Amino acid sequence: MATAVEVSDLKAWFGRTEALHGINMAVEQAHATAVIGPSGCGKSTFIRCLNRMHETNPDARAEGEVKVGNWDIYDMPAVDVRRKVGMVFQKPNPFPSMSIYDNVAAGLKLNGTRNHKTLDDVVERSLQQSALWDEVKDVLKKKSGASLSGGQQQRLCIARALAVNPEVLLMDEPCSALDPISTAKIEDLIFELKQRLTIVIVTHNMQQASRVAEFTGFFLMGNLVEFDRTEKIFTNPSDKRTEDYITGRFG
Amino acid sequence: MTRIRFHQELDELKHRILAMAGMAEQAVDLAVQAYSQRDLALCERVLTNEPGINRAEREVDEFAIDLLAMQQPMAVDLRFILAVIKINADLERVGDQAVNIAQRVMHMAGMPAFELPVDIPAMASRVRAMVRDALRSFIEGDTELAKRVLEADDEIDRINHEAFAALSACMQAKPDCAVQALDALSIARNLERVADHATNIAEDVIFWVRGADVRHGAGQTIAGS
Repeated sequence: MATAVEVSDLKAWFGRTEALHGINMAVEQAHATAVIGPSGCGKSTFIRCLNRMHETNPDARAEGEVKVGNWDIYDMPAVDVRRKVGMVFQKPNPFPSMSIYDNVAAGLKLNGTRNHKTLDDVVERSLQQSALWDEVKDVLKKKSGASLSGGQQQRLCIARALAVNPEVLLMDEPCSALDPISTAKIEDLIFELKQRLTIVIVTHNMQQASRVAEFTGFFLMGNLVEFDRTEKIFTNPSDKRTEDYITGRFG
Repeated sequence: MTRIRFHQELDELKHRILAMAGMAEQAVDLAVQAYSQRDLALCERVLTNEPGINRAEREVDEFAIDLLAMQQPMAVDLRFILAVIKINADLERVGDQAVNIAQRVMHMAGMPAFELPVDIPAMASRVRAMVRDALRSFIEGDTELAKRVLEADDEIDRINHEAFAALSACMQAKPDCAVQALDALSIARNLERVADHATNIAEDVIFWVRGADVRHGAGQTIAGS
């Protein structure tokens, strides 16, 4: 197995508050890695450091090394980082006034792609990969992103992220606002996507982590307490704090 | 502490399996006592009590399956419930072995008494100690005690082999004692199986407490680590 993302001694701050205290993690290529932990443990901050979204907060900064392949993401333009490392958020955030087509093509257009054939191909491929194509192919330019259901909007956001062909896809609680059927579709999609893409998913739902991820990291108070294969974490964790959290004896 | 109701239900599951264990243990005690005293009334009690053990087995299984389905347990809680389901099956089989012993004693009671070359009460005493220790290791989560149960099983196997050799020789030497010797042989075999169930219970305790699969001589921790 190869490492897609190598995180070394990563620290993050909000103003003077240190939110991450030196995280080390090797994220396996073409696998899903889940990040779990109680609210405020630093798990969202962690994945937002993996595509430099963290530093978009006022007074926020990060230190340490995050390598995607051979690239140190803190040593290259942030816009290039986000092409390599896409992100999907808790609440679907399509561009509401844009058509479905333009939502998916937005990233490519921003990068200067104007060729209609190329755009058409990428939009179709991305919507196919996000399992939305069959539902929207006849209304691509007629309907806006906001007109879709919540689950469809989330898959649209995934298609938008896939359009720029990222190496890594970060998902910050992507199903927390979705019903069980839409959640199942996203989970199926994660299963498909991780055949060729590295996925890091933050989730509060431990059953979801156990269903979709080969590896799981447990965060607590800004520290990575335990990182191991998912079946080990959920059946026989090494650290008492992990066990207390996943069995509900926490706090 | 969160999930208070779930943890109360885990305690309730433990109480239920212990009640079941008490019934199975008592069945073996009564059957062995019936052998020593050739007491048909005790045999009848073993047979009468058996449906209660079967009923308890179903109730424990239902309770455990409900917890699996409704609470999605993880880690030590998941291992505990899985261990209880397996221990439950072993205890039911212990009850069955007690019934087998009681039926053999009833058969022997109708025939002339022979001095047989096997000390069933001594073997039974060791087997009952194994059952008691296996259950104590479960109650206290004591894996060291559970390991001692595993070690004790070798001794029971040896006693059973010796009983087989001695009773076979006896049947050849004195064919008129063959029926009684066969009954004694069956009882020794039943006791040896009770010891096997005690061993299984001890293995399940180790699985529950340490997450280690020690069945069939393996020393693997689950999840491949």
